[in-house]
Amino acid sequence: MGYFDEMNGGANGGGSNARPPYARLGDWLQSMPAELRSLKQAEAEALFRRIGITFAVYGEGGDPDRLIPFDMFPRVFSGAEWARLERGIKQRARALNAFLVDVYGRGEIVRAGRIPARLVYQNEAYEKAVAGFVPPKGVYSHIVGIDIVRTGPDEFFVLEDNCRTPSGVSYMLESREMMMRMFPSLFRENRIQPVDIYPDKLRRTLTSVAPQKCNGAPTVVILTPGHFNSAYYEHSFLADLMGVELVEGQDLFVDGEFVYMRTTEGPKRVDVIYRRIDDAFLDPLCFRPDSMLGVPGLMDVYRSGGVTICSAPGAGVADDKAVYTYVPEMVRFYLGEEPILQNVPTWQCGKPDDLGHVLANLAELVVKEVHGSGGYGMLVGPKSTAEQIEAFRAKISANPANYIAQPTLSLSTVPTFVEEGVAPRHVDLRPYCLVGETIELVPGGLTRVALREGSLVVNSSQGGGVKDTWVLAE
Amino acid sequence: MRLSVDHVTRYRFDRPVRGAVQSHRLMPSECHSQRVLDWQVEVTGGIRGGRFRDGAGDRIQGWTIPGPLAEIVVTVQGTVETVDLAGVLRGHRETVVPDAYLRDTPLTAASVALADLAAAAQGGDMLSLAHALSGAVTAAIAYVPGATEAQTTAAEALAKGEGVCQDQAHALIACARLRAIPARYVSGYLFAGSTSPPQQAAHAWAELHVAGLGWVGFDPANACCPDARYIRIGSGFDAQDAAFIRGVARGAAAAEGGESLEVAVAVHAAEQ
Repeated sequence: MGYFDEMNGGANGGGSNARPPYARLGDWLQSMPAELRSLKQAEAEALFRRIGITFAVYGEGGDPDRLIPFDMFPRVFSGAEWARLERGIKQRARALNAFLVDVYGRGEIVRAGRIPARLVYQNEAYEKAVAGFVPPKGVYSHIVGIDIVRTGPDEFFVLEDNCRTPSGVSYMLESREMMMRMFPSLFRENRIQPVDIYPDKLRRTLTSVAPQKCNGAPTVVILTPGHFNSAYYEHSFLADLMGVELVEGQDLFVDGEFVYMRTTEGPKRVDVIYRRIDDAFLDPLCFRPDSMLGVPGLMDVYRSGGVTICSAPGAGVADDKAVYTYVPEMVRFYLGEEPILQNVPTWQCGKPDDLGHVLANLAELVVKEVHGSGGYGMLVGPKSTAEQIEAFRAKISANPANYIAQPTLSLSTVPTFVEEGVAPRHVDLRPYCLVGETIELVPGGLTRVALREGSLVVNSSQGGGVKDTWVLAE
Repeated sequence: MRLSVDHVTRYRFDRPVRGAVQSHRLMPSECHSQRVLDWQVEVTGGIRGGRFRDGAGDRIQGWTIPGPLAEIVVTVQGTVETVDLAGVLRGHRETVVPDAYLRDTPLTAASVALADLAAAAQGGDMLSLAHALSGAVTAAIAYVPGATEAQTTAAEALAKGEGVCQDQAHALIACARLRAIPARYVSGYLFAGSTSPPQQAAHAWAELHVAGLGWVGFDPANACCPDARYIRIGSGFDAQDAAFIRGVARGAAAAEGGESLEVAVAVHAAEQ
């Protein structure tokens, strides 16, 4: 299979002239002898280790403080390429939020027959408890992480949407910081748009959705499940950069119509909670009664306009993999526009016809669990053994509605430092779209790279690494 | 019928707790079968929190009760004028779509026996099927107070063949969902005559969504549809979701100490 290489243009890195956005990186590479490169790589690792940006991998039983591998070769977009992506991402984020307001309100899109009622109302992520409630500014998903892959110069596909609490933005910021420290000259030679405005924009987004009953400057906090969570580093990192408190459930309490945090100066009212815990654990009086992570009474305060929760409880109904199929339809239905970014063609195993096709072509397809994430519980047909495929066939047949399938995409490659020198490796992209009073996108995102040769799975839990992502000013 | 309600819930803590937070679903539904004449909810030492109407049309009121506390008393007192609409819920404003109530919860999850019970019910149309399902549950689970606990599932109650109104409602909900009929749990009060024991006055039944009619109540415990003796309070996927009061106590003592609960409910037919 041929792959589009983002630097050389040709398939499998075959082109000879670098594409314009990468033009200056060729010289940079030439001017860096192997010794300097390994020195820099060691420096990068030491820096990452020192600041403590590590990633706990679920279920692997290994070093919980394992470093997420960082690759120094940047991934580059021209200003024009980005402009189109930006339009497409913002369009999608608007449609997803319109969908959420609709399905917790009148459900026009279901009534119009544009999406099956079952997928919405029997979805595990649909929260009956917030039906009829419109969050401030009509925003459910304040940070929309949209995973995008590229297959050609102009071919971009959305792989999935993350409307709840997409993680990884700390890697975007740290990777940039790292590159600027190690290769300051690159930032003089290339006109790279800054990403360090992200925390400021995030804070402004969060304050812009302060609740009805808030008067004065809103107090924002980040609610974390605690230090044992794999993304705890990111929670504390963002709190630091935004200059807001990082709290756990036990630091917050409900009193009367409001939520307060305990501080050394006494209780302080909290207006906006950027939560990094799941709906089910938010409030034992509304969701799981055994939750120790949440804040008892929080949902009553939320639903009576005393506090804003970001993302809004129930936002997950927009981002499961079966609902994903209908996002282009949402764009047409709510915005009256044609989708700028395309979906990957998707078969839903819950539909008999689709199931037949999927079972007959397992060796060519990628199969995923509807509610899965992190690259777990998936089958990459072309990379799997006959036994693995048969085992997966049995799982799909036992519960078809739990699976979707997609063609194996020829993900683009970007030059990457490997043992033998520089070689193409497959990448994806997760930009973070901020939705509040306005809708904003920082020029950049998280580029994940599959470090194993030929691998198409970029998840950090599956041996993926990260790269700095550049958007050039035109 | 004019019904008056006295409902007292008393929590006692062996060791004083630092405080408590509660969420109440204790206001009568606004619908054509009932009209509130007066209604008060009091919590000793409580501070009123957020108040709103949820998507299912229930009035929810949050409370915080500052401590230290050895006891919390929640008192509900009120009078409601009711009429018999044969169990049909009319004039009730809600946003949640009926399809949302096709979803199982642990308390209403299906079992082979529930599926068999549901499959055996016969009905020419949806309404007669709903009656048949309710009748089947009445026959399969005998009303035996104390036979089950609050956490008993529909499947367990059916296996035992005994239970209380909560278990019968859960079983009916499970069976209805198995027949693709949206179903939900309803909490309320029942005037069962002056001779019935007081704890029976707090009651629960199920509502099934019948195409063309809307939500219709079925009470398998009394083999009937709710009439003028019933006061509807709120609904949910199951008993936990539709509870009158959900709450937690705060502080270390809450985790260590014992807690006891006492509920007294009396429903009288008021003099006109």
